[in-house]
Amino acid sequence: MVNISAFLLVGAALFGIGTLGVMLSRNIIVLLMSVELMLNSANLVIVAFSRALNLMDGHAFVFLVLTVAAAEAAVGLAMVLTIYNNRRTVNVDKYSLLKW
Amino acid sequence: MTIDGVIFLVSTAVAVFGAVMMIAQKNAVASVLYFIMSLVAQAVLYVQLGALFISAILIIVYSGAILVLFLFVIMLLNLRGDEDLGKPSPPVSNLTKAFVAAGLIMEMGFIIKSSVFARPVPTGVMGSVATEFGSAEQVATLLFTRYLYPFELTSILLLAAIVGAVVIARKENAKELHKSGQRAAIQEKKSEMTVDEVTN
Repeated sequence: MVNISAFLLVGAALFGIGTLGVMLSRNIIVLLMSVELMLNSANLVIVAFSRALNLMDGHAFVFLVLTVAAAEAAVGLAMVLTIYNNRRTVNVDKYSLLKW
Repeated sequence: MTIDGVIFLVSTAVAVFGAVMMIAQKNAVASVLYFIMSLVAQAVLYVQLGALFISAILIIVYSGAILVLFLFVIMLLNLRGDEDLGKPSPPVSNLTKAFVAAGLIMEMGFIIKSSVFARPVPTGVMGSVATEFGSAEQVATLLFTRYLYPFELTSILLLAAIVGAVVIARKENAKELHKSGQRAAIQEKKSEMTVDEVTN
């Protein structure tokens, strides 16, 4: 049986990659997927602790987090569609209409 | 090394590789496909943790529905990965990135130190659990008893997300188009032309 800290390490690595994606990527779609990746890594850690403590509650939390991720993806992609119709680009650096 | 360890190492490698390739790809479609690969490997990790229902949900709902939504949007936008995104904007980037990266690396180092070199974390090696652990029945029992109110609230959240997505993604003059047919269509063509002129 693999030690739980190994799963925590994987979660941390995936979260770090997701953060890097948010910071480095200029494509709005890759950026949204990086946010999804960060949510997933949090889920992995929750499930790992749920297994270690032998409590099922974590699974219910993960279920709710997945729902929130789905809602976020739907609304975010709708906004991407609208802004693409206006600006004709997926570059987030060009989305500076409200920059003062 | 046990068979469990081998499976863990392989699926970890695939998950991390898929995530790295996701942010490295220029083409958005390839990016989505690498993310799906990473998700399948993560589902294997969930199975190792005994979360069978969650891992099934991850594959069916997440990579089956949400990421296909991403693919649909890429198809609608007709992205081919040939748009030149240019250099990143200078104002925020370098210093902030360095700070966040240093913080993350320190965090990772702390985890490695406390998990490999020092004493094991309080939870230690995982013991054995009941065979029903993580089954759909157990998760559903929790969701419909102790977490009933949060569960019902997520349905309201989903409804709000559906309505919001439809309202946001709808074309501004869709209603007029429907009402007065060609005249509105001509107007729309005109407004599109002005948008193009502005962007050019």
